[in-house]
Amino acid sequence: MSKIKDPFAGERLKETPFHPRQSALNLRNAWSSWNGYLFADCYYEAEYEYFCIRNQCGTYDITPMQKYEISGADAEAMLNRMVTRDISKLRKNRVTYVCWCTDEGRMIDDGTIFMLTCGSPSLAWLRKSSFGYKDVTIKDLSDTVAALSFQGPTSCEVLKKMGLSKIDTLKPFGIKHFKFKGGKLMVSRTGFTGDLGYELWIDPKLALDLWDALYAAGEDFGIQPYGETATNMARLEAGFIMPEMEFNEALKTIHFQHDQTPLELDLGWLVDFKKPHFNGRNALLREKEKGTEYMLTKLDIQGNKPAEESFLYSDKACTKQIGYVTSAMWSPVVKANIALAMIKTKHLDGDIWAEINYVKELRQLSKMAKCTVMKKPFWAPARAKATPPGPY
Amino acid sequence: MTKQYDTIIIGAGHNGLVCAAYLAKKGQKVLLLEAADTLGGLASTREFHPGFKASVAHTINQFSSKIVGDLNLAAYGFKSGKPMQSVGLSEDGQHVSIANGKVTGVGQSDIDAFARYTKMMQRYAKAMAGFSLQTIPPIGNNSFSEVLTFAKMGLKIRGLGREDMRELLRIISLPARDLMDENFDNPILKAMLSWDGLIGSKMAPRSPNNTVLMMLFRMIGEHRGAHALPVGGMDGLINALSNALTSSGAEIRTSAPVGQVLVNRSKNGLSAVGVILQNGEEFKAQRIVSAVDPKQTFLDLVGVDNLEIEFTNRINRLRSDGYVAKLHLALDGLPDFNGINIPNERMIIAPEMDAIEFAFDDAKYGEASSEPVMEVMLPSLRDQSLAPEGKHVLSAHIMYVPYNRKGGWTKKAKDQLAKNAIKTLSQYAPGIEKQIAHAELLTPADIAESHLVTGGHWHHGEFALDQMMMMRPTYEAAQYKTPIPGLYLASAGCHPGGGIMGGPGHNAAHEILK
Ligand SMILES: Cc1cc2nc3c(=O)[nH]c(=O)nc-3n(C[C@H](O)[C@H](O)[C@H](O)COP(=O)(O)OP(=O)(O)OC[C@H]3O[C@@H](n4cnc5c(N)ncnc54)[C@H](O)[C@@H]3O)c2cc1C
Repeated sequence: MSKIKDPFAGERLKETPFHPRQSALNLRNAWSSWNGYLFADCYYEAEYEYFCIRNQCGTYDITPMQKYEISGADAEAMLNRMVTRDISKLRKNRVTYVCWCTDEGRMIDDGTIFMLTCGSPSLAWLRKSSFGYKDVTIKDLSDTVAALSFQGPTSCEVLKKMGLSKIDTLKPFGIKHFKFKGGKLMVSRTGFTGDLGYELWIDPKLALDLWDALYAAGEDFGIQPYGETATNMARLEAGFIMPEMEFNEALKTIHFQHDQTPLELDLGWLVDFKKPHFNGRNALLREKEKGTEYMLTKLDIQGNKPAEESFLYSDKACTKQIGYVTSAMWSPVVKANIALAMIKTKHLDGDIWAEINYVKELRQLSKMAKCTVMKKPFWAPARAKATPPGPY
Repeated sequence: MTKQYDTIIIGAGHNGLVCAAYLAKKGQKVLLLEAADTLGGLASTREFHPGFKASVAHTINQFSSKIVGDLNLAAYGFKSGKPMQSVGLSEDGQHVSIANGKVTGVGQSDIDAFARYTKMMQRYAKAMAGFSLQTIPPIGNNSFSEVLTFAKMGLKIRGLGREDMRELLRIISLPARDLMDENFDNPILKAMLSWDGLIGSKMAPRSPNNTVLMMLFRMIGEHRGAHALPVGGMDGLINALSNALTSSGAEIRTSAPVGQVLVNRSKNGLSAVGVILQNGEEFKAQRIVSAVDPKQTFLDLVGVDNLEIEFTNRINRLRSDGYVAKLHLALDGLPDFNGINIPNERMIIAPEMDAIEFAFDDAKYGEASSEPVMEVMLPSLRDQSLAPEGKHVLSAHIMYVPYNRKGGWTKKAKDQLAKNAIKTLSQYAPGIEKQIAHAELLTPADIAESHLVTGGHWHHGEFALDQMMMMRPTYEAAQYKTPIPGLYLASAGCHPGGGIMGGPGHNAAHEILK
């Protein structure tokens, strides 16, 4: 067979190291892209995958997530100036969730620090942040580490069965290292579903071995791959934010203040004003003193029609618009019509009405539904925080 | 143990001195710290050969008369000199001279055009003069006083009348070349008039940007654009300033290089509370004023760990590579310039605008020009203390000499540049090469080291549209305050920019005393 040069070579999406297994299971051929990688929206059916996460366990390929290793004597100082949280207290083998802002306090991205991971490429910002520090090296590990998110109530049991000893003693946001097929497997108890779950980090060469070991151990525990759509459902129940849904990355925002601050995103707990200096501190302090204009709010909405893209009003007659829904769904586990919404802070204590547009057999319909503000995540089972998480 | 000051000022260039003098006059307890053993920074007079002295800046054409009055500098010995002629040298001795607002050595049409042109430029300079001693508000704040400042600026320009305003807007960003070609015929006249719009900048006659603004900026002084030297030379001004401030009780320490601005970090954030000298000595004050250029101030003295990320990168990006070198000659006697009796005026060696342009072309690609263009003075003719009796000092600004020479500033490269410059001089002053007892050449890289100015830049940072007014040095530090409470800026790197004018020092003091 003659080799024909692919004229679109540079345009094709990359395949992650797990691709051979995942493509075999992607019955619907439902692919989209994430950071240049081919990436599953769903494998068979989003609802089905969602129930796997909530009732059994599932894997979600997070290889496309951006990963950076920041090292050198000044690495901590550099990161501590960049992120809003105080990471000088971060102990070895612990992960912390952080966000970082522009000088104006607008949120650029969120991520976790153990190596630094985040949803979007951030090398330029990291480089800018490291300018002036004498001893900092930034390495982009994005293509050199394969990663699987492994979530769900049976996930701990499966890892145990796979032979990861004492995995049940790993605390949330903890990290453990294991030997695996002559290589190293790093496991962190982290995830994006609000439930018990882990993230597995491995050399791409061992990715398929890991997959096979995991699926062999998980056979009786209902293991399934899940895609973006199911992830998005699970994270909404957990109350987690998503770029381009809840927030617009500040460096990609064109219109003035069409991005958000961590305070508006209800991430005030990530902003440590006791820390003398971090990027955006002055701006955020001013905002805190003045009060945010908007606040990301969890809503429980009457009825069962998802309030997708709804406008919110302070009255049923829609005379005063006070915000908009960013994500919405009917939540099967909570059995509630839930949403995240940006609402003008000063209207949070009053009535909130959602104008829900929906389609019924090609008819465009609309109705008003009363909303109740929820303080806690919609879904937060005890096992997500318990150590050991207990059998399921 | 450590003494508490109201204000510590880092850097005793003329701006540091002016700022200190204003604060001390208001009763503040002021400490002025200078790295060098002389005062005045780029205007300081230093011995470059036994018995021979010179200063990097060699004439004054825009020092603010308001500052002279406010600080009562006359009482401390300041006497502004008579305006000098500017002479555009011609190899054959047919020079073009400008004195008292009149040009000689050119044809009648140029004489008439020059009268018209000068009047017009004087009107523009007058309309703009006020801006330099004023803080330019940030954009988008819209507080009443800030809107008022802009409104007043607008009115001043509107006050020019419709015709003038239209013309100003038309020429404001013209390359010097177009403006000159529109008005004049004589090539030497064109070259010497464009000189003041170009020197100190990374710009040549064909560059559009701020040449015209620069010309106007240099016309706001007492002599409306003519250059002068105070009685007693540069030191006449620097000594008067230092006398004024010590008599108000301010302390000055020379040979005291600051290594670090002490920033207090607490749960209340950051604040500048003192300085640490390179020898470890510590001084505390309520506020710190840096009259050192912005890049060194933030990147070296404050440190990026105390700054925000985008701000840091804006400071780092400041364009601050100098393009003017200095040549100081210790001469055994008075050089003999063709067609000039006593060379005690300001002489420009640039036979036509293209000579300037071609010198720039070399520099733009990292080479010093082999046919440099120059501004030449003999300061010892005006201040005898600068050289032993009967001997003289020649001081020349050489354009264009890149801070970043391709291949670096080797001894060979420096020698070559000095040789080229002296060769050019000898075309106008034959035999001068035999009178030279010693030659000191300071490239921008040398000036960066000897005078502690980033890039050896004339203005501490390019003075151009992107780095002017509320953008100078960059937003968030353009009103003399900085993002760090208690830290202020006061050097040429701030609005209104460089040259011996005192604007930044004056404006910074005004903000502090507000
Ligand atoms: C080659 C050249 C020729 C020029 N010729 C003229 C001219 O003829 N006429 C004219 O009007 N202008 C001229 N200029 C421009 C003018 O000299 C400057 O714009 C002006 O002197 C700047 O004054 P300043 O006080 O802001 O800064 P500077 O004069 O640069 O003073 C800054 C001071 O800070 C000190 N310093 C730096 N770091 C530290 C530290 N860490 N601790 C303590 N002290 C420190 C320096 O030693 C220096 O004394 C020339 C500039 C150059 C480069």
